[in-house]
Amino acid sequence: MSRPVLETRDLTIRFGGHVAVDHVSAGFHAGTLTAIVGPNGAGKTTYFNLISGQLPASAGAVHLDGTEITPLGAAARTRLGIGRAFQLTNLFPSLTVHENVRLAVQARAGGGGNILARWSSRRDWIERADHFIAAANLQDKRDLPAVALPHGDKRKLEVAIMMALEPRVFMFDEPTAGMSVDDVPVILDLIRKLKDEGDKTILLVEHKMDVVKSLADRIVVLHNGRLVADGEPIEVIGSPIVQEAYLGVAANGGGHG
Amino acid sequence: MINAVLSGDLPRSRVLSAALVVILVVLASAPFIFDGAQAINTSAKICVFIVLVASYDLLLGYTGIVSFAHTMFYGIGGYGVGLALYGWGATWSSAATGLVLALAAGIVLALVIGLFSLRVRAIFYAMVTLAVASAFAILAGQLSDITGGEDGRSFRVPELLRPGFRLIDAPVLGTQITGRVIAYYIVFVSALVLFLAGLRIVNSPFGRVLQAIRENDFRAEALGYRTVYYRTAANCLAAGMAVLAGALNALWLRYTGPDTTLSFAIMLDILLMVVIGGMGTMYGAVLGATLFIVAQNYLQKLMGTASKATEALPLLPNLLHPDRWLLWLGILFVLSVYFFPTGIVGKLRQRRG
Ligand SMILES: Nc1ncnc2c1ncn2[C@@H]1O[C@H](COP(=O)(O)OP(=O)(O)OP(=O)(O)O)[C@@H](O)[C@H]1O
Ligand SMILES: [Mg+2]
Repeated sequence: MSRPVLETRDLTIRFGGHVAVDHVSAGFHAGTLTAIVGPNGAGKTTYFNLISGQLPASAGAVHLDGTEITPLGAAARTRLGIGRAFQLTNLFPSLTVHENVRLAVQARAGGGGNILARWSSRRDWIERADHFIAAANLQDKRDLPAVALPHGDKRKLEVAIMMALEPRVFMFDEPTAGMSVDDVPVILDLIRKLKDEGDKTILLVEHKMDVVKSLADRIVVLHNGRLVADGEPIEVIGSPIVQEAYLGVAANGGGHG
Repeated sequence: MINAVLSGDLPRSRVLSAALVVILVVLASAPFIFDGAQAINTSAKICVFIVLVASYDLLLGYTGIVSFAHTMFYGIGGYGVGLALYGWGATWSSAATGLVLALAAGIVLALVIGLFSLRVRAIFYAMVTLAVASAFAILAGQLSDITGGEDGRSFRVPELLRPGFRLIDAPVLGTQITGRVIAYYIVFVSALVLFLAGLRIVNSPFGRVLQAIRENDFRAEALGYRTVYYRTAANCLAAGMAVLAGALNALWLRYTGPDTTLSFAIMLDILLMVVIGGMGTMYGAVLGATLFIVAQNYLQKLMGTASKATEALPLLPNLLHPDRWLLWLGILFVLSVYFFPTGIVGKLRQRRG
């Protein structure tokens, strides 16, 4: 198989004595959607934080296109093409929906250093932002401050911001958590479209098993910070270790934190 | 046209627009509508403080940086031009050299403070700026051979700006065009240009990143913006503007000293003006500076009159004594923050919506 776009090698982080991510090695290929599952507190979000640079690794390495990016901070990794949508919605609260997305478009264009132009003179950025807002079905909320949005729209905006970064690696952390049934398909359609483009590397943390089954090309299971299963969806879901470690929990609770 | 001059950031409130127009017209024609030094001095001070407060708003209101070193940069501008004119003669070239040196010193200092300490938590940054600014004020006081110490330095300005200078012999609209009038217009036009430049900066792609950092620096970083660099750049820009404000002030006063530039009281005044006017609005700087300085100059007088008028009553004349003006200003401040947490501009814009 070709070289993975993104790879973690023995990636580890300790919080005091607690090992939240424990020697996780995995490669992620272009055109593949990998679902990352595991019970609450398994270390999924922490694993994401180590990949996108929000947390520094205690040990191990992250490689992008074969180049080690472990020493880089979050900003530099984003500029290299790693996009992240956060589990806990993370917006610019008093800026409008449009401004939230436009800031991502601007970041992608590398245009933040311009101090003399008027931002409103960049029609291209404004239109680009409107494109992603429409894709997330937020066009009616375009001029509302992010803080005024209902939860489901905040989640959509979170995703729209990542889309506007046009990364090569997309990291979704429970994108549909807490969304109403009407809103969920908007996000799932967006993810499916990305997948259909065929060249994107997509990582998806998701608790809902039906979503995982319908989208994932591959499933990685984390448990207590360790990678305990990795493979085709059918194999992984059927394996005893997953039945015991994860699906047992999900079948009872079904929820998430 | 107006949209372009204001960088697309219109006042967005009728009352606010009207107030801004009145302030602009009065400041633009001050030498012709007022006689008497106090009104002109007050007008010039308002011009200088609009720049100073707007540059502080760039830091506090737009970027979310709490700095107590703003008067230090203001002082660097004042001392730069003042000491150059004092030491190297009253020529334009010494003024220009002093200004360039002051700008360079101010920006380098802002860069160093920024790069070393903007990574740390906001409260530590505030403390660092407080320490540096205090050290600078002490230094300026100690090096009295150069700075004139606590007394400061009075200096002569270039010929063109002296009171005795006449641009033309006959008065224009009843006013002699003296060097002082020319000096006033240098202050006014510079302040106007600097304010509009500040408005442009906050409405540029760069300025929008500053707001993003204020709102959520974690997410700004996650979008790929190196927040430390943006914060440091904002720090340097604000410092540069404060240096220029200080230089204008020195040119106008023909004096530079610790009380008019470096004192902590001025830092507090700036904070009050930003908050009263409305943080993160730029126009708040205009309203805040104007109201505050007018109050500072005329509230005392008004209170003197009121104190006399109530002489016969108990307690009241004491409360109304001009020395208590800060107490009243304090009360006004608390009330205005309580009733208009978003400042006057925020309140006016909200009413419209
Ligand atoms: N900054 C931190 N400091 C200390 N412990 C942390 C920190 N971040 C995460 N942890 C711990 O690491 C473990 C993994 O947390 P993480 O958020 O990665 O789980 P998760 O798999 O994303 O769970 P969920 O499904 O609830 O989102 C938890 O025990 C958590 O308490
Ligand atoms: Mg999580």
